[in-house]
Amino acid sequence: MEMTVTDVEYVARLARLELSLKEKELFAGQMGAILGYVEKLKGLNTDGIVPTSHAVPMENSFREDITSPSIGLEKALANAPDRAGSFFAVPKVIE
Amino acid sequence: MSIFNMTIHELHSALKGKQISSLEATSAMLERIEAVEPHIGSFITVTSEQALAAAKSADQLIARGECDLLTGIPLAIKDIFLTEGIRTTCGSRILHNFIPPYSATSWEKLRDRGAVLLGKLNQDEFAMGSSNESSAYGVTRNPWDTTCIPGGSSGGSAAAVAARQATATLGTDTGGSIRQPASHCGCVGLKPTYGRVSRYGVIAYASSLDQVGPLTRDVTDCAVMLGALAGHDPKDSTSVDTPVPNYSAALPQGVKGLRIGLPKEYFIDGLDPDVQKAMNAAIETYRRLGAEFVDISLPHTDYAVATYYLIATAEASSNLARYDGVRFGHRAEADGLLEMYTRSRSEGFGSEVKRRIMLGTYALSSGYYDAYYVKAQKVRTLIMNDFISAFANVDVMLTPVAPTPAFKIGEKINDPLQMYLSDIFTIPVNLAGTCAMSIPAGFSASGLPIGLQLIGKPFGEETILRAGFAFEQATEWHTRKATI
Repeated sequence: MEMTVTDVEYVARLARLELSLKEKELFAGQMGAILGYVEKLKGLNTDGIVPTSHAVPMENSFREDITSPSIGLEKALANAPDRAGSFFAVPKVIE
Repeated sequence: MSIFNMTIHELHSALKGKQISSLEATSAMLERIEAVEPHIGSFITVTSEQALAAAKSADQLIARGECDLLTGIPLAIKDIFLTEGIRTTCGSRILHNFIPPYSATSWEKLRDRGAVLLGKLNQDEFAMGSSNESSAYGVTRNPWDTTCIPGGSSGGSAAAVAARQATATLGTDTGGSIRQPASHCGCVGLKPTYGRVSRYGVIAYASSLDQVGPLTRDVTDCAVMLGALAGHDPKDSTSVDTPVPNYSAALPQGVKGLRIGLPKEYFIDGLDPDVQKAMNAAIETYRRLGAEFVDISLPHTDYAVATYYLIATAEASSNLARYDGVRFGHRAEADGLLEMYTRSRSEGFGSEVKRRIMLGTYALSSGYYDAYYVKAQKVRTLIMNDFISAFANVDVMLTPVAPTPAFKIGEKINDPLQMYLSDIFTIPVNLAGTCAMSIPAGFSASGLPIGLQLIGKPFGEETILRAGFAFEQATEWHTRKATI
């Protein structure tokens, strides 16, 4: 299957990735080859087959609604690249 | 015998009999790690101080007569398991500075039984790979031949067992990531049934396929480790609440009358002749032990790799969306929020991870969702049905783990599709959600280990362990050691 640099750019934008031109060309070729390989699934008749999302059939998993302590503010923020008081700080969102 | 060559059960006897202390065993292991690590590269982080402290605590328990099977045993775990206060990278640059605020249930279970943590093991980045070459922390080398890959993604976990840098290790398996490196490094590796072991605190790759399991020197140790790991966890709603059997008790039951299936799709023309030879010899051994062989078919095998690389990448693209530089992990300098997300991810992720996120994003994107993702989920149903039908007639299946022994470092790194195809015999088990184990079954002409895969019914771990144990009793492959 053919995958162009423009296709790669579109998917990269959706995935929040920024690729160099070299990476885009490399991925176009490699993704094209992989998508070409998975084309074989199209030859298989799956009419009326129910899709499987999990191997173990499971209904909703309920538990008692009991509160218990969580990890707390300091632990939760310990890995924050930047913080402002009790918040995660990020670059300006609105200009 | 050198302490670092011992199995869990041998070391346990020595600890219980007070011939060795855990401090001595742990110190010996740390020295061993230091000596061989420059040649192998199994570890990302060695936790020497914590290990020695934990060993001292274990010795106090033993002195009080409280010596559980895992008390004082030095273990190492893949760097995918969260460890409170100990850096956890998942093999990625994006988590180079991440110190988890809590621990994975699977590790806590081992720790609570007195196990000592030696450190965190190298792996393919985010468990995406079959060779351990995609780690941001350097390649891991195969202890049997350091020009070869150890397998992946739990390559550090397998290499550490083979190089005797830990008594046993923990890995994860999404498409073969425990079994394939176990096969390439000549150790025992078990992927339990989906839901058998908690995934809480395990960094997610593909949530419907990921499962935690042990890598050990023999099947006896594997049963001990699985017994410690298995069970329902209220923190993982996909873990299954079925009783945990006594796996060790199942081992000596033998294989007389056991019905072993040979799926014809796994014995293909492209199979390496040395692998084929090892499989033939294993079949002979089992025959001699009284097992019966049945020719079976898993007709959709040829579609498994394609199915896997759509489902796993789709789940990965969703799971890895959390790495955005906001709450933890690498953050790039940027003026705006969108730019910060994009830059942090682009700087933090390696090439293979980017490729899989891209594939998964594509498979889930508008206009392609039904044609790729839903189609793959339907084929997954057909693959699961293959196993259900075949298991109506057999107790276990016997197959190769990988089509070839370990390949050379660099050999497949530029051809992702060829790399993906090396998981052809392990991937269907993850899609079907059942259990399987790799055990040592011979060597190639060039001296590389070859593994044998025993596939069990869902929650049929006792049967594959019992079959593995019988084989181990009749052969000596598991006793051979890499000269390092």
